[in-house]
Amino acid sequence: MAEISLQGVTKSFGKTEVIHTTDITINDGEFVVMVGPSGCGKSTILRMIAGLETSTTGEIRIAGKRVNEVEPKDRNIAMVFQNYALYPHMSVYDNMAYGLKIRKLAKDDIERRVQRAAKILELGQYLKRKPRELSGGQRQRVAMGRAIVREPAAFLFDEPLSNLDAKLRVQMRLEIQKLHRELRTTSVYVTHDQVEAMTLANRMIVINAGVVEQIGAPLEVYDNPASLFVAGFIGSPSMNFLPGLRSGDGVEVGEGLVVPLPPEIRGSAGEQVTVGVRPEHFVAGDGGGPRFKLRVDTVEALGADSLLHAGFNGSHLVVRIEGHSTPRAGSEFEVSVLPGKAYFFDTGTGKRLGA
Amino acid sequence: MVENRPVRDVLAHAVLITGVLLVAFPLWVTFVASTLTFEQIVTVPMPLWPGDHFLANYTQVLTAGSEKGSSAPVSTMLVNSLIMALSIATGKIAISILSAFAIVYFRFPGRSFFFWSVFVTLMLPVEVRIIPTFKVASDLGILNTHVGLALPLIASATATFLFRQFFMTIPDELAEAARIDGAGPVRFFIDVVLPLSKTHMAALFVILFIYGWNQYLWPLLITTSESMYTVVIGIKRMIAGGDASNEWHLIMATAMMALMPPALVVVLMQKWFVKGLVETEK
Ligand SMILES: Nc1ncnc2c1ncn2[C@@H]1O[C@H](COP(=O)(O)OP(=O)(O)OP(=O)(O)O)[C@@H](O)[C@H]1O
Ligand SMILES: [Mg+2]
Repeated sequence: MAEISLQGVTKSFGKTEVIHTTDITINDGEFVVMVGPSGCGKSTILRMIAGLETSTTGEIRIAGKRVNEVEPKDRNIAMVFQNYALYPHMSVYDNMAYGLKIRKLAKDDIERRVQRAAKILELGQYLKRKPRELSGGQRQRVAMGRAIVREPAAFLFDEPLSNLDAKLRVQMRLEIQKLHRELRTTSVYVTHDQVEAMTLANRMIVINAGVVEQIGAPLEVYDNPASLFVAGFIGSPSMNFLPGLRSGDGVEVGEGLVVPLPPEIRGSAGEQVTVGVRPEHFVAGDGGGPRFKLRVDTVEALGADSLLHAGFNGSHLVVRIEGHSTPRAGSEFEVSVLPGKAYFFDTGTGKRLGA
Repeated sequence: MVENRPVRDVLAHAVLITGVLLVAFPLWVTFVASTLTFEQIVTVPMPLWPGDHFLANYTQVLTAGSEKGSSAPVSTMLVNSLIMALSIATGKIAISILSAFAIVYFRFPGRSFFFWSVFVTLMLPVEVRIIPTFKVASDLGILNTHVGLALPLIASATATFLFRQFFMTIPDELAEAARIDGAGPVRFFIDVVLPLSKTHMAALFVILFIYGWNQYLWPLLITTSESMYTVVIGIKRMIAGGDASNEWHLIMATAMMALMPPALVVVLMQKWFVKGLVETEK
């Protein structure tokens, strides 16, 4: 087990810098999820930790030791790839044992480790099969088995579940959680799926275009997004954004509606302020906060609750309300924001005010 | 065919049977001629049913060779052909798989230059470079040797190119997984790349064996001693002069034997061969 730290790490391919100065510390035994849209550089960061990619500047440490010049095999890490990367011609057993054989472990030690991993992952009956004779989920488990038998200081996962169907993904997610509870190995997990990020992470790292936007526990990030990007990326459906102009002690978001700024951030607010409200932070009727009169475009009745889609001053709003007080499409409907649940962002910089 | 159309079926079969006969008839004539005596062959019309000189003719060519033209026994020629075809096939595979491995998995200065220079030699078959190659072979003193027969034909752009294409379909992650598992390039090559290339190697072996076996111009040029003749050259040398002076029965027996090994290789390796051309076990 080990702590992983990146200090001042950047990565350029040719002239384009794809990872800008990054500082990350991952604690011993922690499960950290890197999340961000496609192409933001998640895999690149992971591959730099693995040693498959060199960092252009900065220092990477695993268990306190600088590893920039260390070969992947000597970094004491194990990686699970999106496409499993199993050796097609080797049996499940040999796939898991291969790295150990190269390391010249004793035969009975290899046997013991593989059997243990097979037991944890319920692969016992498949040990003699070739990867092509397994289902996607089983292959993914073999890939994890190959990582487990190494007993590494850290697991690195690169979108391990994205080739699986939705149901299997949920199941494997739970298994990964269980695995981490049992093994307590430092893990770095890359995904672009925010549900995976929210459910698996002890802490998550939100990345956008090569920049770490925010690091924090999932609920902390959800409750206190540091920027417009994070606020829009975490949470489903996404947060509603209403660009507005400063007007006295509030922000005018159109149609004469002024959302009052909390006193502590009035000082830091500029002229242009974007107000953000999560769909779930609206209530039907008067809930105490600013009130919106909406013309409902579409209604998605999900049972437990309903999603209303409505236009407001040129913006598209999504409102989540309790399932049975649903208005019809085309009708007028009044909702209000729960007190204290509006977020304020500087429209220019995208940063959250007061954060 | 799902539908039952008798006329079309008959027609299709007629066409196919004609095709088979067109191919098989010359073979049959060759075989029949190899079992006759010289006198029987030159009678008109030639008999189309095997005679009783099968053993006599084959024993003679295998042990003593023909009396006119070349007198080397065909058994020696078969061994020479076998050595040449095997060396060419294995040599080509060994060299091209290694160079393809280097080109695909290593980043070295001039990588694409080397790839393209290998590729360009596709345009230079033996026949085009035969005079300079002969000069080099003669300077090296490998005329009339097995090495001389095989070596100049071993470098293969085609096989290198095919292996390169195959390696590029192996996912990068496999190499990365092996790197994390601690396999260096040599281990990766032996433990992962070679087993994955098995069927491709087998398919290429069949093609290259036949290519090597059928070599004509190069062996013709560099073998002057009869003990180095390949069987293809042997046939040519037996056809020494005018029609009447050729021992056609012996020539036909030799031709039959020259046919056998490539046919055998194809039949024995058919399963692998087809697999290598169509499979996608990745
Ligand atoms: N070998 C490379 N050469 C040049 N550019 C690269 C290379 N690898 C990645 N990039 C660029 O770096 C950026 C980050 O890539 P990366 O693979 O880390 O994205 P990602 O966040 O993992 O995306 P995804 O979710 O699609 O996997 C991308 O813009 C990509 O085009
Ligand atoms: Mg990626």
